[in-house]
Amino acid sequence: MRSGTEGQAVSGSPTWTPDQPIVALHDIHKSFGAVEVLKGVSLDVAKGEVVCIIGPSGSGKSTLLRCVNALVPINRGSIKVEGQEVHDPALDKLALRRKVGMVFQQYNLFPHKTAIDNVMMAPLLVLKRPRAEVEAQARRLMSKVRLEGKEDAYPGELSGGQQQRVAIARSLAMNPDVMLFDEVTAALDPETVKEVLVTIRELAEEGMTCMIVTHEMGFAREIGDHIYFTDGGVIVEHGPPDAFFTQASDPRTRAFLSQIL
Amino acid sequence: MTTGSVPAPRLTPRWFATAALLCCAALAAGEAGAQLQAAGSRPGVLATLWKWTPLVLFGPPREFGGFALNIAVSFLAMAIGTLAGLVLGLGLVSTLAPVRRLSWLVTQFFRNSPWLVLLFFVMLLTPFQLRIAGVAIPLPGWLKATVGLSLPIMANVAEIVRGAVNSIPTGQWESAESLAFSRLQTLWRIILPQCVKRMIPPWMNWYAILTMATPLISIVGVNDAMTLTQDALAAEQRSELLIPMYTLLLFFFFVYCYPIARWTIQLERRYAVRN
Repeated sequence: MRSGTEGQAVSGSPTWTPDQPIVALHDIHKSFGAVEVLKGVSLDVAKGEVVCIIGPSGSGKSTLLRCVNALVPINRGSIKVEGQEVHDPALDKLALRRKVGMVFQQYNLFPHKTAIDNVMMAPLLVLKRPRAEVEAQARRLMSKVRLEGKEDAYPGELSGGQQQRVAIARSLAMNPDVMLFDEVTAALDPETVKEVLVTIRELAEEGMTCMIVTHEMGFAREIGDHIYFTDGGVIVEHGPPDAFFTQASDPRTRAFLSQIL
Repeated sequence: MTTGSVPAPRLTPRWFATAALLCCAALAAGEAGAQLQAAGSRPGVLATLWKWTPLVLFGPPREFGGFALNIAVSFLAMAIGTLAGLVLGLGLVSTLAPVRRLSWLVTQFFRNSPWLVLLFFVMLLTPFQLRIAGVAIPLPGWLKATVGLSLPIMANVAEIVRGAVNSIPTGQWESAESLAFSRLQTLWRIILPQCVKRMIPPWMNWYAILTMATPLISIVGVNDAMTLTQDALAAEQRSELLIPMYTLLLFFFFVYCYPIARWTIQLERRYAVRN
């Protein structure tokens, strides 16, 4: 499993094959000052799998996602993405982030760029791909998220749901192998939540590996291959959605589900 | 000095009122002085002011000087100070602690020094000429003075840059990072372009302050508007001209700086609404 040579980290571990977990978290610990927000979390995500992480606010869900693309460094444990160790001072973060796309609760579009420029920026400037090809792909992605005709709109002119779909297209433009969704509908009006969820479901159906932190239980149940419930920095309980939502045994899970459902 | 030379700001009635008031003050003071003197043989105050106006505005014939020199020095000092301030400001937000600390020290030093003392410092510390590979490059007084004025501008522009960069939500950094932008790319392509609007009004404010400080360069013996006003007074030897001449000089600065101040306020309002 362990790639022996440090120098190969740049191009990803050559030992990883698609039958191994694409994301493998093992006993990760993370503290912010004196507060330990992750207390030994382990989980595996297979290629093409859709994993939903649910749990009360402050249980470390968002931190967990941010650790996967090295936005937040962990204190202890191991995170492997396609066999490449993330918790490694010599990690090429930029190489990792090309493989892992992330969508945020607050969209975080670049307000000084039009929708299509938001989508095109990273492939042009980071991957240095030819402009014509990038633009063609960006137009395809804009229609994929059902925003044809909004290419030249600035983020400020779009609704929250439209902005979030541009943000999804922006991440997809990097051709990631894994997508992270961090409470992407939490800031949206109820009527626009659906359009974003539909977009994510289509992605999942196409076989994109997704890690989704969400409060939308119905959505998690419908789309998830595996549900993880976190509380107090640990995974309390997990399982396939049908079993999880009907037979949860831990009292904390049941208390949470009874509040939300 | 027509009002049409500064097209962008709307010149308000208040501008005309203040300009007119300054004119009247100069005339009234001059006329009062002239009546006291009751020297009918000498030309009137207005005629004398009119006689010296070309000199104070543009310097002696076939020389560059006067108020035009003040403006030229303000442009150059602002350009140098802005470029150096951008670099220093990026140092203030650097991830490298030594760079950040050194930038902070430089910024605080030049922000909290009196401009006049800085000018003396630059005059005394720099040589008359630079010798590079055997070629002597003279360093004229006006150039040294310009560099001296650009130092506090540099420090204040650095603070403007730091403040603007820090005012951009952290989500912008996070999403840029997650798209694999390098830190430099993030700053240059994503953060700084959003900062420009926030930086322009305070930057213009510092330009106006700098312009009003340019008469300080008269200490190095250049023919700026202040020096030439004093020369004119020395040539006339008429004490009743003192107040009108200096009022005229104030009038030139007012006519130039007030529209900039109005424009700054307009831009501040406009950007405040949009952000």
